[in-house]
Amino acid sequence: MWVKLEPRAEPSRAMIYVSPLLAAGLTLATGFVVFTVLGFDPLAAFHAFFVAPIDDLYGWGELGLKVAPLSLCAMGLAVGFRANVWNIGAEGQLTLGAICGGGLALAFPDTESAWLLPGMIAAGVVGGMAWAAIPAFLKTHFNANEILVSLMLTYVAALFLSYLVFGPWRDPQGFGFPETRQFQDAATLPIVLDGTRLHAGMPIALAVLALGWVFMMRSFLGYQIRVAGLAGGAAQYAGFSHKRMVWIGLLAGGGAAGIAGVGEAAGPIGQLLPSISPGYGFAAIIVAFVGRLHPVGILLASMLMALLYLGGEAAQMNLGLPSAVTGVFQGTLLFFLLASDVLINFRLRVVRRAPGRVAPTERAT
Amino acid sequence: MTGLETTVAILVSILGAGTPLVFAALGELIAERSGVLNLGVEGMMLVGAVCGFIAAAETGSPVAAVIVGVLAGAGMALIFGVLTLTLMANQVATGLALTIFGIGVSAYIGIDYTSVALPSISPVHIPGLSDLPLIGPLLFSLDPLIYLSFAALAGVSWFLYRSRAGLVLRGVGESPESAHAIGYPVIRIRYAAVLFGGAMAGLGGVYLSVAYTPMWVEGMTAGRGWIALALVVFATWRPARVLIGAYLFGGVTIVQFHLQGAGVEVAPQLLSMLPYLATIAVLVVISRDINTIRLNSPASLGKTYHPDAH
Amino acid sequence: MSPRPPAAATPRLALTGISKAYPTVVANDGIDLVVLPGEIHAVLGENGAGKSTLMKIIYGVTKADAGEIAWNGEPVRIDNPAQARRLGIGMVFQQFSLFETLTVAENIALAVEDSRDLDALARRIEEVSARYGIPLDPKQLVHSQSVGERQRVEIVRCLLQKPELVIMDEPTSVLAPQAVRKLFETLRLLAREGCSILYISHRLDEIKELCDSATILRGGKVTGTVDPRDESASSLARMMIGKALPVFAHGEADEGGEERLVVAGLTRKADTQFGTDLDDIHLSVRSGEIVGIAGISGNGQQELLAALSGERTSREASEIHFGGRQVGRLGAAARRDLGLVFVPEERLGRGAVANMSLADNALLTAHRLNMVRFGLIRFGEVRSFADRCVDRFNVICGGVEADAKSLSGGNLQKFIVGREFLQEPRIVVAAQPTWGVDVGAAAAIRQALIEMRGAGVAVLVISEDLDELFEICDRIAVIAKGRLSPAKRTSETSIEEIGLWMSGLFPEGPATPAEASGVG
Repeated sequence: MWVKLEPRAEPSRAMIYVSPLLAAGLTLATGFVVFTVLGFDPLAAFHAFFVAPIDDLYGWGELGLKVAPLSLCAMGLAVGFRANVWNIGAEGQLTLGAICGGGLALAFPDTESAWLLPGMIAAGVVGGMAWAAIPAFLKTHFNANEILVSLMLTYVAALFLSYLVFGPWRDPQGFGFPETRQFQDAATLPIVLDGTRLHAGMPIALAVLALGWVFMMRSFLGYQIRVAGLAGGAAQYAGFSHKRMVWIGLLAGGGAAGIAGVGEAAGPIGQLLPSISPGYGFAAIIVAFVGRLHPVGILLASMLMALLYLGGEAAQMNLGLPSAVTGVFQGTLLFFLLASDVLINFRLRVVRRAPGRVAPTERAT
Repeated sequence: MTGLETTVAILVSILGAGTPLVFAALGELIAERSGVLNLGVEGMMLVGAVCGFIAAAETGSPVAAVIVGVLAGAGMALIFGVLTLTLMANQVATGLALTIFGIGVSAYIGIDYTSVALPSISPVHIPGLSDLPLIGPLLFSLDPLIYLSFAALAGVSWFLYRSRAGLVLRGVGESPESAHAIGYPVIRIRYAAVLFGGAMAGLGGVYLSVAYTPMWVEGMTAGRGWIALALVVFATWRPARVLIGAYLFGGVTIVQFHLQGAGVEVAPQLLSMLPYLATIAVLVVISRDINTIRLNSPASLGKTYHPDAH
Repeated sequence: MSPRPPAAATPRLALTGISKAYPTVVANDGIDLVVLPGEIHAVLGENGAGKSTLMKIIYGVTKADAGEIAWNGEPVRIDNPAQARRLGIGMVFQQFSLFETLTVAENIALAVEDSRDLDALARRIEEVSARYGIPLDPKQLVHSQSVGERQRVEIVRCLLQKPELVIMDEPTSVLAPQAVRKLFETLRLLAREGCSILYISHRLDEIKELCDSATILRGGKVTGTVDPRDESASSLARMMIGKALPVFAHGEADEGGEERLVVAGLTRKADTQFGTDLDDIHLSVRSGEIVGIAGISGNGQQELLAALSGERTSREASEIHFGGRQVGRLGAAARRDLGLVFVPEERLGRGAVANMSLADNALLTAHRLNMVRFGLIRFGEVRSFADRCVDRFNVICGGVEADAKSLSGGNLQKFIVGREFLQEPRIVVAAQPTWGVDVGAAAAIRQALIEMRGAGVAVLVISEDLDELFEICDRIAVIAKGRLSPAKRTSETSIEEIGLWMSGLFPEGPATPAEASGVG
C-alpha cells in the first residue's frame, strides 16, 4: 500500500490558495520540531521567535520596515517571473539603487530642498533599472542566460559598493570606518508612525503593489506578459514581442529593487555601508513565489518573511541561535510551497497495489 | 625563486583554483544532460564544504571529509530530486530554494567551526616523475583531489560517449517522452544524474574548505556554484571543455591575487570583480551562437516531465 | 525470422475487456480484440476513439485499469515496452520516439538490447534495410532526416528485434502516395513471413486495400469486427462515426478576385540545422479562392508559415505583399492589423494558452476588436466576443471561463477557428486545420473555410492531408525541400500527380527523377 499521485481533471483552484498556507504552517511546524531537537522549550522558543518581535507597536514598525523592501523587490520580480524572465539579481539592483540614491544625497550635502528625496528615489529607480538593463540587453542581443548574468552582477554590485565606501565615498571624519557621512535630514525618509522607525518607504511600497495589481491583472501589457510566461509559442503567434517582455520583466524588477535600495539607505541606515541589505533581494524571490506572484499574496508573504527576519534577530539575542536560522527557514518555506503545489494539479490516492494487473485467463480462441 | 619556478607555482595555483569548478561543473553537466537544470549548485557546494570540513576537523581524515562532503551534496540533491522529479516542482524555483537553503544551513551548522584550522593535505609526489623539471611539480606532485578531478573528467567523458548508460542518459535528456516510450525509467535515471551532480558539487565544496583554503568561512564559495553553472554552458555540455573553462576561471582568480600582491594601483574590490565579469563575458560569447547552443544543449533541459501527465 | 506454422487456432494476441479511463475521458471501455498469426489487422476509428491508448497498453507504455491480455495463448502482463519487446511486440509510433541529436545507429541501439557494438549493429541495420527494401544510413543524424526517413528508422528499429507482432500507428499520415505503396509492400512481405500487424488508421480506402480484418472503435468501445474487403466505405464510416461521412457543397471558384496574398521570391536560410531553407518561393492567392499547399511535413511548411504570419520577418519588404502592400518586414501584430488571420497547427501552446480561460484566449488575437482602451482590458467586450464564438461555432465547453486545455481537440480547434474568422479577415492562413480532430469538427471547420472563400477572403491552407486539400481547394501547390511548385487547378490535377510532386518531381522542383524513385 502506498500513496500515489493522480492527475486531476481540472487544476484545483482551492489548492492555489491553500498551498501557501499549508507551506507556512509546515514551516512553523518544522520550526517547532527544530527548536525541540535543539533542546529549547519549543513553546518558549516559538514565542521568542514568532510572537515576541511583534507584541508591541514598535515591533510592528520593525516588521513594516522589512515588509517594504521585501514586497517592493518581490513585486518587481513577479512581473518578470510571470513572463518567465528569471531575474534573480534583485539584491544587486537594490544595491545599485542605494548607491545612486545615496550618491545624490552625498553630492548635495547642503541641500535642504524638498526635491532631494524624490530625486533620490528617481535616481534609485534609474540605478536599479540600469543594473537590470545589462542582463536584459545581453539576453535580447546575445541570448545570454539572465539568471546567471543577473546573479553575477549582484556580486559585482556588492564589490562596487564596498569599493565606494572603503574608497572615494568614505567619510573623512569617520575615523577610518568604511562608511559614508550621515545623510542630512532632507535626504532621509520621514517617519510615518510615531514611536517606530517605520518610514515613508512603506506607503511607497503599498502604492507600487497597487500599481502592480492594475498592471498585471487589468492592463493589456500585463496580459501579454502572462501569455509570454504561460506559452511562449502563443505570445509569438499573437505577435507579442519577446524582447519587449524581457525588457519589461527585468526593468520592473530593477526599478522596484532600486526604490527598496533607496529606502534602506535613506531610511533606517541613513548612510551607505559596505552592506546595505540582509539579503532582501534573494528573500524576495521566495516572497514572490509564496505570494503566488500576486500583489496581495506578495504583501502577506513579505509579512511572513519579515517575521522570519525579526525572529532570527530575536533568536540571536535571546536564544543564542545564529541568525543563519533565518536562511534555513526561508529555504524550508519555499521547499514546502513547491512540494504542496503538486496538489494543484494532482491528488493523493492511497493505492493497495499496482494497477493494471492481468490475471490468468482462459484461452481465447 | 626563478622566473620558471614562479611560473610553475602560478600554474599549480591555477589548477587548484579551477578544481572545485571542475568537480561542480562536471556534476551539473551530467544532471543537465539528463534534462534537469539544478540551480542549487552553490547551496550544495556550501553544504558539502561545511560538512566535509567538520568531518576533517573531527576525525583528522581527509578521506572522511571527502566521503561526508559527497554524501552531504548528494543529500541536498535528493531534496531537489524529490521536489522536481517526484513532485514536479519548477526546476528553476527549486534550485534557487536549494541555494538559499544551503547558504543558511551551512552557515548554521558551521558556526562553531569558523576559527578552526586544519592541517593542509600533503601533495602526492609520484616517485621519479615529480623531480622532472617544469612538468614534475606541475603534473606529478599535486594534491590528491586534483588527480581525482582528472579522473572524474576521464570517467565522465567515457561514460557519456563510450558507455551504453551514457547513451541512455543523453537520450533521456533529449527526449524523455521517447525514452519512456521505448521503455527507460526516465525518473529513476534523472534521480541518478541529479544525485551524481549533488555529490560532485559536494566534492567541489570539500576541496575548497579542506584542501584549497583550508578553513571554513560562511558563504565561502563566493558564487563558484553559479560560475560552475555558467561553465556548463561555456562547455556547450561537453566535459573536456569544462576543464578548459575551469582553468580559465582559475587563471582569472589567480591573476587577480597576483595583481593585488604586486601592488597594482587598482582597488582590490575592483580586481575581485574580474571572475564575475569574466563569467558574463564568456556567457555572452558562447550564447550568441544559438545554433551551437541548440545543437548541444539537452532539448528537455529544465522542463518538468512526468510519465502519467496526460 | 523463423518460419512458423500456418495460422492455427491460437491467436497471436487476444485482448479481453481492456479498459482505461483518464480524468476527463474513458479512452477504452471493455475492448476485445483478436489478432491471428500473419494477419494484417486494422484498428479503425476516428480521432479520439481510443486507438492510440489501446496500442500503448499493448506495448506497455500505458497501464490498463482492467482487462486481460493473452500472448500466443498465454496470459501475460506487460508493464513496460522492454517487456513487450522481449515478448516479440514491436511498435512504430505516430509521433516518433526518436532522439534528434543522435545518429540512426545510436537511436536503434537504445531500443535493441544486445547492441554494445555499434559497428556490428550498423551491419545488422544494413541487412534488414536491404531485405525489406527500406534504405537507411546508420551514421546519419536524425535531425537531418525527412519525416519519411525517420519513419524508416522506427520501422527498422522495430524489425531488428524480430517481432511477431508489429503495431503501426497511422503510418501513412507522413508519406506521399508512392511511399505508401512501398510501405504496403514491406508490410505484406512481413505478414507472409508470419508476423502479425496491427494497423491503426482512420483512412478507409487504405484499410480496404491492405487489411485482412478490422476492429472498429467508437468512443472507446468496439462497434464491429469485420473483413474490410467485404465492406463498403460508407458501411465502415457508419461503424466509425455512427453516420455517413459528410459531403461538401463547393461552388465554382471565382477567378476574378484581386491578388490578395502574393509571395514573390521568398528565400530564407533556416535559423538552425533543424530547419529547412526556403528557396525562391512564388505564390499568389486571390480573394474568393482557396489555395492549398500539399507536402510531407518538414519540407519547409513551418518556415513558410512563420514567414507568412510575420513571426519571422523578411529582410526584403517586397518578398510578401498583402493586396499590393509590401509587408515582408512587418511583424505578426502589424500583419494582423492589415487583415491577416492565422490558424496554427499546434492548438495548445500556440493557438491557445492551455492554462488560460477561453475568454482570455479570445483576447489573444481578437483584442483588435475594441477590447482594449487606454491600455486596459475591457472584460465585458472580451466575454461577449468569446460567447459569440462559442455559440456561432458550436464549441462544446464549460462556459467561456473554462480553461482551454479542458476542451477536446476538435472543440478547441473550432474555438480558435472561430476566434480568427470572426475578426472579418481579408486573408486566412490555416495550417493543418483539421489535424487530429473528430469528423464532426473537421466538417464544421472545412465548411467555415469554404464560407470564408464565399465572403471574398483569400484563403491559404497548408496541409498534409491530400484528401482534405482535394475536397476544399480551388488550386493546389506542393512544397518539397523548401521549394514550391506551381499551383494547379484542382480539377486539372490528380492525387497521383500531386503525390509525385511531393517527392520534389515538379517543373523546376528540387528532385531529379533518380532521387525521387526512392521512397519519399
